[in-house]
Amino acid sequence: MMQSYLQLHHYLIVAALLFAVGAFGVLARRNAVAVLMGVELMLNAANINFVAFWRYIDPARLEGQVFVLIVITVAAAEAAVGLALVLNIYRTFGTVEVDRVNTLKG
Amino acid sequence: MPVIWPIWMIPALPLASFLIIAALFLRPERARFAPYVLVAALVAALALSLQAALGLWHYPALAPLEQRATWLAIHPDSAAGARLTLEVGTLLDPLSALMLVVVSLVSLLVQIYSIGYMRGDRGYGRYFAFMSLFSFSMLGLVVANNFLEIYVFWELVGLCSYLLIGYYYQTASAANAAKKAFIVTRFGDVGFLLGIIALSHAGATFNFMQLQRLIETGGLTPFFFGQSVFVTVVALLIFSGAVGKSAQFPLHVWLPDAMEGPTPVSALIHAATMVAAGVYLVARAFFVFHASGSALVVVACIGAFTAFLAATIAVTQSDIKRVLAYSTISQLGYMMLALGAGSVAAGMFHLTTHAFFKALLFLCAGSVIHSVGTNDMWEMGGLGRAMKWTAATAAIGALALSGVWPLSGFYSKDYVLASVATSSGLASALGVGGREVLLGLGLVVVFLTAFYMTRLWAVIFTGKPRGGRDQQGRVHAHESPWVMLLPLVVLATLAVFAGLLNHGSTGMLLNRFMGVGEAPHGEAQWLVWVSLGLALTGIATSWAIYGNGRNGVAAVTSAPALAIYRFVQRKWWMDDFYHGVVARGVLAASRIFAWVDRHVVNGFVDGAAWLMGVGGRWLRQAETGQLQLYVLVLLTAVAAAGFVLAYLGIYVGPALATGP
Repeated sequence: MMQSYLQLHHYLIVAALLFAVGAFGVLARRNAVAVLMGVELMLNAANINFVAFWRYIDPARLEGQVFVLIVITVAAAEAAVGLALVLNIYRTFGTVEVDRVNTLKG
Repeated sequence: MPVIWPIWMIPALPLASFLIIAALFLRPERARFAPYVLVAALVAALALSLQAALGLWHYPALAPLEQRATWLAIHPDSAAGARLTLEVGTLLDPLSALMLVVVSLVSLLVQIYSIGYMRGDRGYGRYFAFMSLFSFSMLGLVVANNFLEIYVFWELVGLCSYLLIGYYYQTASAANAAKKAFIVTRFGDVGFLLGIIALSHAGATFNFMQLQRLIETGGLTPFFFGQSVFVTVVALLIFSGAVGKSAQFPLHVWLPDAMEGPTPVSALIHAATMVAAGVYLVARAFFVFHASGSALVVVACIGAFTAFLAATIAVTQSDIKRVLAYSTISQLGYMMLALGAGSVAAGMFHLTTHAFFKALLFLCAGSVIHSVGTNDMWEMGGLGRAMKWTAATAAIGALALSGVWPLSGFYSKDYVLASVATSSGLASALGVGGREVLLGLGLVVVFLTAFYMTRLWAVIFTGKPRGGRDQQGRVHAHESPWVMLLPLVVLATLAVFAGLLNHGSTGMLLNRFMGVGEAPHGEAQWLVWVSLGLALTGIATSWAIYGNGRNGVAAVTSAPALAIYRFVQRKWWMDDFYHGVVARGVLAASRIFAWVDRHVVNGFVDGAAWLMGVGGRWLRQAETGQLQLYVLVLLTAVAAAGFVLAYLGIYVGPALATGP
């Protein structure tokens, strides 16, 4: 196998940055659609970790790839449900800003 | 061989009657059939009791006839066999045979009387249902062969008397009297239960005959003290139960109030069931008392003092049933005195004759009350003309109770006194002088008994009707129906002739039946004349004061005499003492407990709820509805948990792959 300069930790750093960007989106953006996109980014950061660990630690086993496929599927379903929720929130509240949807409180 | 029918059938008959009445005849429109069920059951029970007694009489070798069945075995798997076997069974010996006959006979007569007395009452069916249960309980108590069984029936008797004393539960005084009877006897029952537990623990059985054998051979394994002290303690504990049930000092206060029940109930309670249970218990457990001289002395002293106390109070009461109630307490004192003197035969003989004449007197009182409509003897008077049968039978009862020859009371009372006078046990424990004191008390009571019975009879039946109410009452005063008179006549006959049970002419039949040798008279022949003389003096004195409508006491004005009279009339301040000191003490204590309950115990419960409320109000601040805040908390917590785990070097996750 050809010697590569790219090591495991490079991938992990990229994934961490991607996760941080996603988390920022989830925590800081007021638009519900943007929050959903942040969630997608966090999921993909996890996917990168899966693939990287598979490739660098134990390429003979397929769990890493399989997990990624499952996560993509779940992410698709989550996006569909999430967007449906956003649509309903908009119909009910007339807005998609998450900090104004706060009627369920103690 | 004679056939003795199974003894368990005797109590089972009234039980069946109870169930039948409860199932079919409670409703007022069908209640008129109820008494016949019970009377039929009691006739059969009496027949069975008689044939059991006759069987024992003809074949004394049969006794004791015991039937046992295991109810429950405790620790049956242990290597040494069962630790303790609870059993049910019946024991037929002369004592229980005699008691069976007395109880079923008196119950039967009282029930026949009740048919007339209770006619038209709203609770006719209920009355006979309770009466059936009462007879069942008492007969069951009599035939019990072990302490546990006797205790169960003991409490059943208490329950039934509660139900029947409080029969007119709409009136406050009846309800209170029922509660009083139940609670006061409960004080004694606690001791009784402790005694049973201690004794059965030491003997590993409840069975009378096994325990008797163990005590006689010294085979008990007491868990405290030596055998002799242990037996004394147990005997006194058992006696405390008898003190409660048989209304002995200081627990006698419930019995006079128990007259709140219908009069036939009083007759039954006073003659054959409730109070007889205590005397019977001491007689039944006599093997325990016999093993302890000091316990017997306590029994004798309590008995003698109770007899004296109650007799003095009876002299001053004006309610017919109260006079009779105190008279019962006094006579029960005699029975206890006889038992304490060591003579079961004398105690049971007096119990038998007393059952007859006291039931007779109560039923006469019921007949009078039924006719006049008041309990106060000073509102009666001159009833002898209108109620000849009642007056005559009451006179027989009064003379028998006073101990006049040749009526039954004379023989039994004389036997009691003679057994005291010749008791070697009392002489050795108290000295001859101490024994003479007890005997002296007994003799004073003979005088007092004759005095108050004559007073009662003279005031009610002789002289002129008194007071405004009586003019009306006299017009209405009428003889009772035959169904009430028949039991009176039968009981009067028994009251006259029951003395023959233990008379020289029948060869001391009862003594031979009970397996006691000869009468104790020998050295106490003079006693017969003294007690008869005292009785006649009492009658004469009383007649001089109260005869023919006089009230000689009303003329007494000397201050000390009046003070004594008032002291006795207030029942020696006993009720006031219980009310003022004991009841108030209990109330004060219960107030403290109530405060503790309300503020400390409740405080914990309320405090827990309060804590939850405050905590909830505080925590709800966190529930802002801001979705992104939740996510922030979530991520922060996960990150923090990750850092902590990493810092501590703890790995959470699947087992690490160790290379390809």
